[in-house]
Amino acid sequence: MNLDDALQTFIIEARELLEDMEAALLSIEQNPDDADTINAIFRAAHTIKGSAGLFGFDHVVSFTHVAESVLDKVRNGAIPVTSELVAIFLAVSDHLGNLISGIAAGNEPDAAMQALADELVAKLGSYLGQNAQANSPLPVATEAETPLERENSGGVDSDSWHISLRFGPDVLRNGMDPLSFIRYLSTFGKIVGIFTLADQVPTLSELDPEKSYFGFEIAFQTDADKETIEGAFEFVRDDALIRILPPHSLISEYQRLIEALPQEELRLGEILVRCGTLTQHELDVALNRQADHPSGPAHPLGEVLVDQKVVQPKVVEAALDKQKQVKDAKGAESGLIRVNADNLDDHINLIGELIIASAGANLIAQQTANPELHEAVARLSRLVEEVRDSALTLRMVQIGATFKRFQRVVRDVSADLGKDIRLEISGGDTDLDKTVVEKIGDPLTHLVRNSMDHGIEPVEVRLARGKPAYGTVHLNAYHDSGSIVIEVVDDGGGLKRDRILAKAVERGLIKPEQQLSDQEIHQLIFMPGFSTVEQVSNLSGRGVGMDVVYRNITALRGTVDVDSTEGVGTTMRIRLPLTLAIIDGFLVGVSASSFVVPLDMVVECVELPPEQTGDSQGHDHLNLRGEVLPFIRLKEIFDVPELAPFSPDGDEEDDDTEAGTSRLSGATGLLTEEGAAALAKDPELAFLLNPVSRENVVVVQYAGRRAGLVVDKLMGEFQTVIRPLGEVFNGLEGISGFTILGNGNVALILDVPGLVRRVAGNESRRNGGSGISLQSAKDDGAGRKLIGVGGAQ
Amino acid sequence: MSSNALQQATPRGQNSVATRSSEPEPDEQHQYLTFLLGDEMFAIGILSIREIIEYGFVTDVPMTPPFIRGVINLRGAVVPVLDLAARFGRQARENSKRTCIVIVDIEGANGSQQMGVVVDAVNEVLEIAGCDIEPPPEFGARIRNDFIKNMGKIDGKFVIILDLNRVLSVEEVGVIANVANSAAAVSSV
Repeated sequence: MNLDDALQTFIIEARELLEDMEAALLSIEQNPDDADTINAIFRAAHTIKGSAGLFGFDHVVSFTHVAESVLDKVRNGAIPVTSELVAIFLAVSDHLGNLISGIAAGNEPDAAMQALADELVAKLGSYLGQNAQANSPLPVATEAETPLERENSGGVDSDSWHISLRFGPDVLRNGMDPLSFIRYLSTFGKIVGIFTLADQVPTLSELDPEKSYFGFEIAFQTDADKETIEGAFEFVRDDALIRILPPHSLISEYQRLIEALPQEELRLGEILVRCGTLTQHELDVALNRQADHPSGPAHPLGEVLVDQKVVQPKVVEAALDKQKQVKDAKGAESGLIRVNADNLDDHINLIGELIIASAGANLIAQQTANPELHEAVARLSRLVEEVRDSALTLRMVQIGATFKRFQRVVRDVSADLGKDIRLEISGGDTDLDKTVVEKIGDPLTHLVRNSMDHGIEPVEVRLARGKPAYGTVHLNAYHDSGSIVIEVVDDGGGLKRDRILAKAVERGLIKPEQQLSDQEIHQLIFMPGFSTVEQVSNLSGRGVGMDVVYRNITALRGTVDVDSTEGVGTTMRIRLPLTLAIIDGFLVGVSASSFVVPLDMVVECVELPPEQTGDSQGHDHLNLRGEVLPFIRLKEIFDVPELAPFSPDGDEEDDDTEAGTSRLSGATGLLTEEGAAALAKDPELAFLLNPVSRENVVVVQYAGRRAGLVVDKLMGEFQTVIRPLGEVFNGLEGISGFTILGNGNVALILDVPGLVRRVAGNESRRNGGSGISLQSAKDDGAGRKLIGVGGAQ
Repeated sequence: MSSNALQQATPRGQNSVATRSSEPEPDEQHQYLTFLLGDEMFAIGILSIREIIEYGFVTDVPMTPPFIRGVINLRGAVVPVLDLAARFGRQARENSKRTCIVIVDIEGANGSQQMGVVVDAVNEVLEIAGCDIEPPPEFGARIRNDFIKNMGKIDGKFVIILDLNRVLSVEEVGVIANVANSAAAVSSV
């Protein structure tokens, strides 16, 4: 077995366990009596210790051991859960995280880490000491042996534990090295005697090197309790026979031991003697007794042990409970497999190719008059679509895990700030793409810190404003028209409009006479270097951060909005695309160019009536059932060249033949050249090719706002594999990416909010200048009447 | 430069590391592709060239600087296509049957990237000996000095050997660099 792989697994698992532990710690602070959570913390520490021991990370083991001891007492109710204790354990979990990171990087812990560990151990130790004085009401595991009744005459002399190990044949195959367990034992005790049972080893010809044949009898001296020793063998419990007898056990227990183990009795007895566990005399007594009861009923080991008062019934119950929990957890996990993220990305890329290929096949099929082919292709397309959807869900993760991390952030920051701030979380089960989740953490942290530092007011101010003394930061997530919206809401002081304005004027970002809407003023906080805080704290206020947040989110094709009411609170709303790879698109045509609008944004499509066109020469908005709908003429803003009128004879300019044909196929979409020519010749049908100035408006909705996009043709739904803009086109406003159409041409994916911003920006600039816009719109309208080729939809 | 050892170790003609340096080295690979922009001949080292394809199916990308012709679908990858003549501030020619797109690898900040350049015609691949390569003149080439890697002598005439990594550097041709000012003005308010 590859130890490196195992080590990676250990590191990953340890990190996950630490995350669980942290989450549990934060929740225990609220509900100190929740036994399940305490157990979860204990289990996390215990498992980390156990697996660290397997790999021989003694520093982790020794550190965790102390923590575990304290946790054990907490679990037994001997130590109450206080926020002080939680703070220490958060530090412990952080330190463990550092240790694990150190292991991942292959470093030994340095002096500073060690000092920190010592400090923590000292703090933990004080709890252990305190417990001794407090005289706990419940017996804890370390004291498990004290209530044992002893027959002095029956006890053996040896003061060491006796451990009998019979490793099952599959131990090695399951990735466990029997020796590592014995090595691990020596980390918390001394192996006094060990005897290896090699009877099971077959002759060389029959020997299977992957099988384990050995058994061990060990005499072991330690101060640790039975559970610790058992814990050492946690990973082989299912695969091995393990018997542990405490020091000074009854001879009868050894007798049971001898009976329970499959070796020849006499020989086993001798081994025990050789280990130093038993004296010859004691062995004789045991064997004699056994002879007295030749055929005792076979009891399960647990029963026997209880019978023998080796362990208390409670301990057995606890152990069984624990086993059951472990099994339950395993049951839930068995439905999951770990997959390398790169493999998943490759898979998604391939599916992208598949979609493009399928779109190509679809296009070709539609050019033929073969109904079977049509049907087959339609079936294929549907399947490809389903495959795409299921592949995309593979990458989806719930945002809840990211949100939970903020419990810690809020706790720490509120402690630093001396404010009482609570975090509320909702919508944690909202799914979004893993890559987005990974990138959203930092911006979100910034926003949360900002809300806590600048948003939430000091207690006096809050009370004066009639708010509760504690502040609330609320993280919320939900899906909204193809995006995920993440809100950071605080009930703090809100943005100070006047202060922002004054600062912006002072910095020369805006002119004093400029009239800005609230929304525009709020957006100013995302300018680089902008900060209205007089006092720079160590958390924020230096004016770096919000612009980084803005940049990071924009890079994810997302937006940030701010809603704020002074004195009431602020809502930061991050809007992100659900996925970065494939979307459902709506294909539209403008002259020869094709554009894709994300389908989730499309509300409806309406015809732009000619009289509307005439009406809206001066203003780009129309009356949509009584509402004002501003629209964007794509042809105008993208400066798309008009098409030459389609001529059936095909006598286009020489140098342009190729481009012309490609344009045509792009323009007419589903129409073959021949078909188009045929249509054009037929006077009855020619209008299909020349729907003069019949334009359509695609109504899109975004962030609660509506806008229209004026296009020539509506070409229907299209599965869009997003190709990123790349370095050259990065930052292009209004275009969010490229995609490859079924005919092999590249189409642009529209970034509707960017487009709207751009148009709004242009307009405000124009308003300062001359009336060029009006002029160009008129030209445009006149020119449109001359063009010929339109869509046949 | 540690590429000396590398050069000795690799067979002639495969030392792509060495060609990146601006100084001609005695045992450097000297094959160049010559092409026409208008009537003027230019050359580029062949090591950065991936392939040469016929001009066509270029999708226009709006709101980009004039020297960006658009994008093409190169076997599933979207590759930006730049007009070299426009990049040099010259009038672009009408497309003709000889118009080609030369696909080249450009070293960017985030690794190498494919780009296409539109040229009016490609001529041939030829060898220019190290002794026929001169450093760029200080002025007089009528294109930006840093675009010129060297001057190569072909049949007694000097031909500009372009430094494509400079000519097509993403920092300069990228949309961000060109519309940064206006974009900032629009997006910030």
